Amino acid sequence: MATAIKDGTKVWQRRERGAQFATWAVYLVGVAIFVYCWDLISERTIWAFALDAPAQAADLAARMVPPDWNSIHGLWRPIWDTLNIATLGTVMAIVVALPIAYCAAQNTTPSTAFVRPLALFLIVSSRSINSLIWALMLVTIIGPGVLAGILSIGLRSIGFCAKLLYEAIEEIDESQVEAVRATGASGAQVTAYGIVPQVLPAFAGISVFRWDINIRESTVLGLVGAGGIGLPLNSAITTLAWTQVSLILLVIIATVVVSEWVSAKVRHAII
Amino acid sequence: MSIASAPHRHWKKPPLIKSAWLRWSLGLGAAIYLALAFGTTEINWTRVWEGIPRGAKFFAAFFPPDFVTRWSEIAEGIAESLWMTVVATVIGIALSIPVGIGAARNIAPAPIYYICRGILAVSRSFQEIILAIFFVKLFGFGPFAGVVTLAFATIGFYGKLLAEDIEDMDPAQAEAVRSTGAGWLQWLNYGVQPQVMPRMIGLGLYRFDINFRESAVVGIVGGGGIGATLNTAFDRYEFDSAAAILLFIIAIVMAVEYSSGYLRRWVQ
Amino acid sequence: MLRIKGLSKRYRTGDLALKGIDLDVPDGQVMALIGPSGAGKSTVIRCINRLVEPTSGTVMLNDVEITTLGRGDLRRARQRMGMIFQEYALVERLSVMENVLSGRLGTVGFWRSFFRRFPQSDIDEAFRLLARVGLDHMADKRADELSGGQRQRVGICRALIQNPDLLLVDEPTASLDPKTSRQIMRLIKELCAERKLSAIINIHDVMLAQMFAERIVGLQLGAIVYDGPPDGLTAEALTTIYGEEDWSATIRKVDDETDHENIAAPELPSRHRLAGLT
Repeated sequence: MATAIKDGTKVWQRRERGAQFATWAVYLVGVAIFVYCWDLISERTIWAFALDAPAQAADLAARMVPPDWNSIHGLWRPIWDTLNIATLGTVMAIVVALPIAYCAAQNTTPSTAFVRPLALFLIVSSRSINSLIWALMLVTIIGPGVLAGILSIGLRSIGFCAKLLYEAIEEIDESQVEAVRATGASGAQVTAYGIVPQVLPAFAGISVFRWDINIRESTVLGLVGAGGIGLPLNSAITTLAWTQVSLILLVIIATVVVSEWVSAKVRHAII
Repeated sequence: MSIASAPHRHWKKPPLIKSAWLRWSLGLGAAIYLALAFGTTEINWTRVWEGIPRGAKFFAAFFPPDFVTRWSEIAEGIAESLWMTVVATVIGIALSIPVGIGAARNIAPAPIYYICRGILAVSRSFQEIILAIFFVKLFGFGPFAGVVTLAFATIGFYGKLLAEDIEDMDPAQAEAVRSTGAGWLQWLNYGVQPQVMPRMIGLGLYRFDINFRESAVVGIVGGGGIGATLNTAFDRYEFDSAAAILLFIIAIVMAVEYSSGYLRRWVQ
Repeated sequence: MLRIKGLSKRYRTGDLALKGIDLDVPDGQVMALIGPSGAGKSTVIRCINRLVEPTSGTVMLNDVEITTLGRGDLRRARQRMGMIFQEYALVERLSVMENVLSGRLGTVGFWRSFFRRFPQSDIDEAFRLLARVGLDHMADKRADELSGGQRQRVGICRALIQNPDLLLVDEPTASLDPKTSRQIMRLIKELCAERKLSAIINIHDVMLAQMFAERIVGLQLGAIVYDGPPDGLTAEALTTIYGEEDWSATIRKVDDETDHENIAAPELPSRHRLAGLT
């Protein structure tokens, strides 16, 4: 009891004695884990280098200004590629995610024993692996270039879109589906009239949301050779052309801000 | 024969976009864009063609994956990734609490609000990998640079969501606590914290999950963790070891996701 | 004694919510503040403990000038004023006990309150108050498990544990059913009598105001248009406060005051008659 009688007066504590001990134990274990992990990391860190960071940062910042505006001409093409990687990758992801989400949702899946677990596994695998790792993989398999970028963005986004989409399908109002089924509609008709209208707004929202994320992600794929603005960024960093690096970073920020603005506008228009 | 001979009324599903002009120009715009995008994308098909058998080999490497040959490196990398994730999540969340409180419009004064929103914006506009490149430059190779990267990215994510949650709280409950004469910290502890806590615990676990996934990436540019091992495996075309690492990552992400769902129910 | 002089409030939107209010509330008086929505009832109450900063005017509680206090002194002044809220405003995820004890926050340091180590005297008082309102067995329940009437009683305990000189009560019955409303109002009135507390009660139910308050102040568009005893609320007075309407069903005979246990008087409107029977 959190309320106890001690020496004739009622005493109150937030938790019962056992629960209080359990809480402290959890905190203690948490702190111990943190300290242990910190210790291991600090062992592998050369603190002389790490503590030098402020001076390094100041030095780097000094080398990065002013941005080299003349090199902007070489950037239009990579920006266009970045945009294409994000957009085409998103389109591809949506097309593939639709059937997977349909199979993964509890209320629409053709078979809970076999198809649903498989769909869920596909979703988790796609989501667990960062698009940069997908890119790393695809660059070794099909060679560097924009195609590897599009595919890696697509593969990473399938899981994301399918997960949100199947959750939306599971949250639909069952009574509307029932009403359509009661008219004697076939399975496909039930989907078209009972389910699609209910998940359409969510679907559009998810696509735009993912596109916005993909713009960010596609800016870095070039670091492993998968096309886009990451390519010139990588080469500028390796050649220590810091004024170009700062220009590219500014371009990336601008792209991200614009894409965020566009996606906010579109989502606003949909909802 | 219809006796009333009423004229047949045609019905067609009204289009999604009302204005015909907008509808056509959107469609046309999309078509032009797609044509341009495909037309200008340079794809080296012979290289892709060569890649297909390599892809098949990679796929075959999953059956079975090779955990043994590079076991010590894999175990090392995974462990390092986990340490990094723990440290970065804890530090990141600890730092994002003051920033998030400062970025909540309903409780922070204007100058602090703008400063904190600025911090969040900077942290959110760069990909982890770009941050990692710079932090590796500043702090040297190794897991510490990765930790700083992930912690910094956590601030942007967690601080923003915390700020939004505080902005959405029930002001009546907070006002009631203020009316008792509570101090500012007491007011936070009694009036605000109980309202945002359950959701924030769930989001903390979610961020742990994200940080683990990202820790596999920062290694590619020298930030420590499993990413470096994975990168080497791909460079050497050791697909069976790479498959093993990928399976590890998937398994851990699944485990974290499953246990976080369980923990969240427990917290509620 | 509470003394308000020339209290004005202009919101940042430009709306003038209060137009120079003068009001004295002697010790031990239970006063009802009535008026249409938007008349400024809530603003008056919130200007007294400065949850809303008044634009001009002074508020004196027992010769302490509230309007000019610094932060620390304001906290101490708030401790002297208990507030009861519309929709209860309990912190829903805290337990009943924590909610009641939050009334003592002004008197304990941050770390003590953080670890929930309140002085035993506060805990004794909390149990006494909960027993007084019939909720001592609920101490460890979470606030969102309680019914509306129970929550408002917890809200009353939170206000009273502050050991206030004045109760500020903001629409205490707005989300309660008619029977619970009467019980809550009666509880507030009894507790004020027990502790010789004065109270300002915002309420839009004129019947309840007449039944439980000894003085009625009518507010319209930020100005006081009526100030007098409950039985002085004639049709003309109500018309000045609320505007033109048929008030015959609302005006109450004074002698109903004596038999408040037997509310089902035939001339009452049906809502109240039903309430008396449930």
